[in-house]
Amino acid sequence: MKNQAKEIFLGPLINNNPVTLQVLGICSALAVTTSLLPALLMCMALTSVATLGNVSVSLIRHHIPSSIRIIIQITIISSLVIIVDQILRAYAYETSKQLSVFVGLIITNCIVLARTEGFAMNNGIGMSFLDGLGHGLGYSLILVIVASTRELLGAGTLMGVSILTLAKDGGWFHPIGLMLMAPSGFFIIGLLIWLIRSWQKPQLEQTVVRTHTLVRSEAS
Amino acid sequence: MQQKNIMTGSIHLSRAHKDSVKNTVMVALLVSLICSVLVSTTAVLLKPKHLENQLFYGGHRNILQLIEIIQYDMNVEDVISRMDIKVVDLATGEYEENMDISQYNQREAAKDPVLGIPVPEKLDTANIGRRARYATVYLLKENSYIKYIILPVYGSGMWSTLYGYLALESDGNTVAGLKFHEHGETPGLGGKIDDPSWLNQWRGKNVYDNGVPVIKVARRKAPLGSKHEVDGLSGATLTGQGVTNLLQYWLGEHGFQPYLERFHKSEE
Repeated sequence: MKNQAKEIFLGPLINNNPVTLQVLGICSALAVTTSLLPALLMCMALTSVATLGNVSVSLIRHHIPSSIRIIIQITIISSLVIIVDQILRAYAYETSKQLSVFVGLIITNCIVLARTEGFAMNNGIGMSFLDGLGHGLGYSLILVIVASTRELLGAGTLMGVSILTLAKDGGWFHPIGLMLMAPSGFFIIGLLIWLIRSWQKPQLEQTVVRTHTLVRSEAS
Repeated sequence: MQQKNIMTGSIHLSRAHKDSVKNTVMVALLVSLICSVLVSTTAVLLKPKHLENQLFYGGHRNILQLIEIIQYDMNVEDVISRMDIKVVDLATGEYEENMDISQYNQREAAKDPVLGIPVPEKLDTANIGRRARYATVYLLKENSYIKYIILPVYGSGMWSTLYGYLALESDGNTVAGLKFHEHGETPGLGGKIDDPSWLNQWRGKNVYDNGVPVIKVARRKAPLGSKHEVDGLSGATLTGQGVTNLLQYWLGEHGFQPYLERFHKSEE
């Protein structure tokens, strides 16, 4: 039981990371990672929605009719997202402006719905809580790595604090403009996937069935 | 064996019950109800905070700068809690209560074919061409009495359009402060309209003389003890003239005069 809980919580951090293994939630991972502060806020938003969404769905899982289960989950998730969005606008107004629509788009973030539908519908409240939290933190881990890299190399700062002195301020560092554009998000996530999969061999995808065998079977 | 059958039977029963039309409708209703209550509760609870943010970040920061000039005790939250924002119909001088203040943008409205009107040429001393029918005014209260009326004013300077706010005391005649938050005048010449010592001269000046807006920037030095004039800025005669013109327009019959008169009457 204890091992299982540990696996549910720690699994999504590396072994079963929603971004690098399942390749979900890429859209927001690209959009909000030009600097660390908005990325952190986004991580907090997503983690709380994933956790609370899982808990609420698990709480009423015995009563949800299967015909409308997705709608029920989406209703719960979107209510949570609206609440989180309102809180951010109240207490972190300027950063929430930078996040613009992406907080609202957590509603359509596949990670959240995948966890409520795939896990919370069939598991108890405690496990669902751990699962949501784990997946939220797994997503956060990748976002924080990507955002730190992009902010550091793109602007020489972290959380807005200057780390590498820019050439224009008398230092040596020339910022890499590409890092502030969306493609660099792709590159870094791609590199991360490569890195993790060459370390964690089981994550490698099965080689796809070769085409010529298909052709032969069609002929026969 | 028998027991197992009963068990599977009961599971079937509960599943059938779960998927019954009645339960489906019930669950849908309950979930929607709870979610809507949660969402609206958060919205209502956080509304004051949202308004405060909007005021502070949403373009109203300029007003806070002006209030700083009035040397009002500057505590942002305190000022915001005592500030009332109203939309005024300039033609009648009455408040328009049915407008969403947070959505109204006076500058955009001036260009709008419905919300804006052309300014008659002989009245258009501010040289703005069109103005919005409605203007946003800000009322700063003290102990539930209105202490300052803050009016948006703008018009042509030498090179650019000057945008600013004018604060009047509750008599609608005495200037409490003036500040331009946006202009493109030459730095060091017309740009001196940002100079605090010049801006300070406006305080205490009177706008009207027998109902005519006569407040102005003098050509050179204002006559000693003048109630209506402030010193001219050397090297910035045309900018100064622009300030005179735009103030006289906005305080005149086509500007805020109907509103200020109505305000004065209601205060008495």
